[in-house]
Amino acid sequence: MTVANSRKAEVTLPTDEQILITREFDAPKHLVYRAWTTPELVKRWWHANRGVVTLAEIDLRVGGKWRYLAVADDGTEVGFHGEYREIVPNERLVSTEIYEGLPEGVSEDDAATLNTASFLEANGRTLLTILVQAKNKVSRDAIIESGMEAGLQDALDLAEQVALSLR
Amino acid sequence: MILAMARVATTADAFNAVAEPRRREILDALADGERPVNDLVRMLGMGQPQVSKHLRVLREVGAVEVREDGRRRLYRLNGHALKPIHDWVKEYERTWSERFDQLDVVLDDLKEEENGDDSGE
Repeated sequence: MTVANSRKAEVTLPTDEQILITREFDAPKHLVYRAWTTPELVKRWWHANRGVVTLAEIDLRVGGKWRYLAVADDGTEVGFHGEYREIVPNERLVSTEIYEGLPEGVSEDDAATLNTASFLEANGRTLLTILVQAKNKVSRDAIIESGMEAGLQDALDLAEQVALSLR
Repeated sequence: MILAMARVATTADAFNAVAEPRRREILDALADGERPVNDLVRMLGMGQPQVSKHLRVLREVGAVEVREDGRRRLYRLNGHALKPIHDWVKEYERTWSERFDQLDVVLDDLKEEENGDDSGE
């Protein structure tokens, strides 16, 4: 039996427009960066055990586009895409991100976030931080919601309950 | 759904108050019943001033309520309105945790590959 050595991601909301995700990896940063930017490798981890990554396109140059598609176990398809804005190999990757299932009336421009992934190595281990910068709080909350879309209808139901309790 | 988003967006302070990792631990600890500060200090391994500070923030946004019980003050979760937001952030965290667990496996393979290359040359 394998003992899961699961270290949780830590998610915080530093400001109303930000989401910060941090996690430490037992590997040097050039490998974490490679796993992060190589399509065949992204396909192996981005699914979060909820389905299959059907597409991982990465055109790794400033102005280059990326797009990920996943099909959840219940058949729901989710997609995200964006553009690379700043690339410092093995150090830092800045890109935009747009969720492809935006609710009606929400423009891509409003919903796009600017994501900065930083890879910081110490003693052969890498601290990965992903700072998601949204245009405003409403879109940040929408992103939190969309990130959970795959198989998470119950979370939306809960949000609905919050809405009702606040009325 | 948009309605839900808009409503949730009005709870700015609450959202941030319950998204702080240590405060989420306090909320989780209170999930199965009310407790005095000392219990929380013991359960979470935090200093009492810290726990009290977090409890104050949680009380300000209504996530936690307090009542006097003789000389003790007992804290309880006011889960009705805020637990869902807390769960919401936790779920997002779970998604990323699961991704990162898979990423660990990929990294193990990459490390092995690199070591293999080294020894092969």
